[in-house]
Amino acid sequence: MKMKAIVTVTLKPSILDPQGEAVAHALQNMGVKGVQSVRIGKHIELEIEGGEEKALRAKLEEISKELLSNPVMENFHLDLRAGG
Amino acid sequence: MRFAVIQFPGSNCDQDCVHALQVLGQEARLVWHQETKIDPEEGVILPGGFSYGDYLRCGAIARFSPIMPAVKAAAGRGQVVVGICNGFQILCEAGLLPGALTRNEGLHFRCEKAFLRVETPASRFTSHYVTGEMLTIPIAHGEGCYRASPEILQELEAQQRVLFRYCNAEGQVVPEANPNGSSHNIAGICNAGRNVLGMMPHPERCCEAEMGGTDGRGILLGSAGIGRKI
Repeated sequence: MKMKAIVTVTLKPSILDPQGEAVAHALQNMGVKGVQSVRIGKHIELEIEGGEEKALRAKLEEISKELLSNPVMENFHLDLRAGG
Repeated sequence: MRFAVIQFPGSNCDQDCVHALQVLGQEARLVWHQETKIDPEEGVILPGGFSYGDYLRCGAIARFSPIMPAVKAAAGRGQVVVGICNGFQILCEAGLLPGALTRNEGLHFRCEKAFLRVETPASRFTSHYVTGEMLTIPIAHGEGCYRASPEILQELEAQQRVLFRYCNAEGQVVPEANPNGSSHNIAGICNAGRNVLGMMPHPERCCEAEMGGTDGRGILLGSAGIGRKI
């Protein structure tokens, strides 16, 4: 069965996000009021051949830790669902 | 001494490193990232640039290049490994140095001369200098903001592994002299074995007077194991 994994990578709260700040500033210039903060992350989609969910999840956790995110500065969230 | 200068797709300071080393009387050969061998007597340079277009994160993909196991093995054997700019980012991603380099505070790509304070002569890389000596070395990066956990920062400080800090023209390490927001104004660090150096500034760009300065010579000569001539 084909599975889809969505890995969301975000900067740790302690890490300054100058990109997000620049966007927040641009929003202010647009005249948008009330935006408290902007944080920018990455949305990564993987299509994979499904197997036993627990093993698949473990593999994806490893991929996320080893390559897709850098644990020094980023957190990740894994969402695994059926379908391509 | 001979150096292997690693070329990743997107490296752009590799030829400069070869040139600077040759100007200093050293041998240098270019090593394509698909190769898998580093000689046991060689030093290794990971040059600046934008390996793999900085995709995902700076250095994140280069870390998995076929040459990297050989670089890790060389570092483990105590051979000299120097990562400059993108090379520093690769060393951090590869776990050969602690911490990570993130987007510059203020978002600007900073391309200018930076003042550096030498924090200790106790490494081969800084053996040509004295504590507090000020160097002028070019920087050119968008992601050079050094970050590490408080524990790691404490360890780096306690073990005198911060070799260079950004300072002002008077040699003072102050927040205003920090071009990228790095913790503790860190510009360069070494590993616990003191044979692996990572730094954002480019010593290879200031090894000849006609290039605007010679302050980088000592770092490369020291890397080659050549002491200061008194």
